[in-house]
Amino acid sequence: MVGAGGAGLMGALYAARQVRTAVLSKVHPLRSHTGAAQGGIAAPLGNMEEDRPEWYVYDTIKGGDWLVDQDAAEVLARESVDAIIELEHLGMPFDRTPEGKIAQRRFGGHTRNFGEAPVMRACHVADRTGHMILHTLYQQCIRAEVCFFDEFFVTDLILDGGRVAGVVALEIATGDIHVFHAKAVLFANGGAGRIYKVTSNALSLTGDGMALVWRRGLPLEDMEFFQFHPTGIYKLGILLSEGARGEGAILINDKGERFMERYAPTIKDLASRDVVSRAIYREIREGRGIGGRDYVYLDMRPETINRYRSAPGGRTVTAEYLQSKLPDIIEFARVYLGIDPLKQPVPIQPTAHYAMGGIPTDLDGRVVRDGNNTPVEGFYAAGECACVSVHGANRLGTNSLVDLVVFGRRAGRHMAEYCRGADFPPLPPEPEAYTVELVERVRNGGKERAAPIRAELQETMQTYVSVFREEDGLKTAISKLNELRARYENIGIDDRGLRFNTDLVEALELGSLLDVAEATAYSALYRTESRGAHYREDYPKRDDQNWLRHTLIYRRGREVSFDSKPVVITHWPPKERVY
Amino acid sequence: MKVKLRVQRFNPERDPRPWWAEYEVEVEETDRVLDALNHVKWYLDGSLTYRRSCAHGVCGSDAMRINGVNRLACKVLVRDVVAEGRGTITIQPLLGLPVIKDLVVDQEPFFRKYRQVLPYLINDEPPPERERLQSPEERARFDDTTKCIMCAACTTACPSFWANGEYIGPAAIVQAHRFIFDSRDRAAAARLKVLNEWFGVWRCRTIFNCTAACPRGIQVTRAIEEVKALIRSGKIK
Repeated sequence: MVGAGGAGLMGALYAARQVRTAVLSKVHPLRSHTGAAQGGIAAPLGNMEEDRPEWYVYDTIKGGDWLVDQDAAEVLARESVDAIIELEHLGMPFDRTPEGKIAQRRFGGHTRNFGEAPVMRACHVADRTGHMILHTLYQQCIRAEVCFFDEFFVTDLILDGGRVAGVVALEIATGDIHVFHAKAVLFANGGAGRIYKVTSNALSLTGDGMALVWRRGLPLEDMEFFQFHPTGIYKLGILLSEGARGEGAILINDKGERFMERYAPTIKDLASRDVVSRAIYREIREGRGIGGRDYVYLDMRPETINRYRSAPGGRTVTAEYLQSKLPDIIEFARVYLGIDPLKQPVPIQPTAHYAMGGIPTDLDGRVVRDGNNTPVEGFYAAGECACVSVHGANRLGTNSLVDLVVFGRRAGRHMAEYCRGADFPPLPPEPEAYTVELVERVRNGGKERAAPIRAELQETMQTYVSVFREEDGLKTAISKLNELRARYENIGIDDRGLRFNTDLVEALELGSLLDVAEATAYSALYRTESRGAHYREDYPKRDDQNWLRHTLIYRRGREVSFDSKPVVITHWPPKERVY
Repeated sequence: MKVKLRVQRFNPERDPRPWWAEYEVEVEETDRVLDALNHVKWYLDGSLTYRRSCAHGVCGSDAMRINGVNRLACKVLVRDVVAEGRGTITIQPLLGLPVIKDLVVDQEPFFRKYRQVLPYLINDEPPPERERLQSPEERARFDDTTKCIMCAACTTACPSFWANGEYIGPAAIVQAHRFIFDSRDRAAAARLKVLNEWFGVWRCRTIFNCTAACPRGIQVTRAIEEVKALIRSGKIK
């Protein structure tokens, strides 16, 4: 298992029951970014009000603007209940209802009866749901005596004759390079939010898994779809959970208007994230940002919630209640802005949050190499680095956690079965050669440094490849990225030592960022329509005639090429998307 | 504003002993101390070494001694600490764990203690088809200790731990507390047995350094006292 967040640990827990399993992670497992997820994990348990799996399937498909593979969404919804119950049995300390059941709250895009009104579907532990999932899974892995290689940075995928034979990794503490010979490998190494300047993502989220796969000639799917979460702390990008709006918080502009009423008349502030983020930028563009500037307010003061009757069922909330349900985000505002959100509104802006695209897989997490779903033998992916595709063009809040539990588990299970029936593939000669050469080149490299190149990359992506996109800007971004890649050829580092060389790690991570940024920008230029999180100002309409298909992008030397994969439609033909 | 960072550095590959490096950096007063460190690493000296990840106080990577106090570098702002040292911020690695390099310490001894307390839910009764029921009151009983991010700020701030590195330490006790007081768990006795050993809870002298150091605001000393009281009560065998 490469990566020790929710997907990697869930996979490990299942695989370790049947076969010898090792987990490699570039950070200690408890530092993984699953731990930063806040508001909830969905399942139609119906603990608070009526809910049905088919409503959840529909919401997920509509949230993804019909680019979701519907068979995957059905698996997600069907298995979510069992997965949440399993988490509870493993020790997850969910918040509880008065009857002692798992408590649920509203979240963006999750509705009753196919869009009628918000539904309470998100199971949660205050606003640290991801933290508790991560710890619960790690705890159970400790109990199962799973073998961990902490702070091992995977630098290469050993792929020989179409079959995966292991990985190469740099042991950060010593600088040693190791070859891990394996019958099967699961990539669960997370997202790439650091391609943007303002992001909710950890500094470690540099898309290493996606980049390695791409370098080895395999495709990435739907990379043009990158989610901007509506409510990041202004300038810092730190996430303020959608759970806040689930509890009744609202967005307001400079005129004090609850502007989401205009953009999503039915579910307002709880529309899907792409819709809300675009609305915020429209308000800002039209001069209704706060004081004419580039932010709006998230207002979670109890008096506001009570005035708008925006809490579930229009009930009255108190400061104490909000404090118990959203303690962490309240503290973030206090620490980083010096603002008490129970007394003042909080300045927010959309923040780069989640890659809907990634390494294409089938429903068992097997990585596929083309539009016909041909699997790569022994290779699996799950979680944010993967694209199954259950999020389509825009992920619903809570669905990343459901995804990693449901598909991490399926991948772990399938992988173990596969390993039991397979022999070790032979290792190619000198599998470490690429890594050794790469590390030597960086260590003895030239005058360029990672930080300025990375900063320019992030600025470029933020300016041209964010919420609004158009052809000229995307072309500018691509030529800038080419220029940065040329500079990266001369990358060097200050730290020439072997021991815990994070200067080296950052330089290698920049290589990943360049790959992922490139895949994102090229894919965004390729898709000449607007769908979900991908909004082209020069093609503002969704175009099902030409674009109801997944993008596959390949790298061929210096060039990129495209292929496509059909969208799986089971019961829900595309229709207009209104909230 | 300009601040001076005084950072304790040590690379055992090269340095006979730890030494102090000083860096002048231009920062906003609302910047995190981590931003100042990043500025040094990214633009002045790439060899400066520390762990960091989420940068907003939830992953637990960057606990360090800042002006002599254990804190997360990403959860303390420059403006909050700059006055303490009249424009200088002093940064050292956590005490009591071997230094690997600069501000990076070897966490393995710390996690070994974590593993000693059986830090996972143990209940081998066949589970119900749906969730186990737990009342909000039962759930609240251990809420505080579920917040722990295992950053090690508490344990490495504890004088009893400094005096004897075998002491299991506050973080491991917090983790044990989280399960001992969970109504769904069945292994309290096994955990209390570990914590009643010579390296267990009785080495705590209620100094409260752990509580002061916790970046998650956990009432660590209270949790330790609750464990002590439960052992003393003899209720669980």
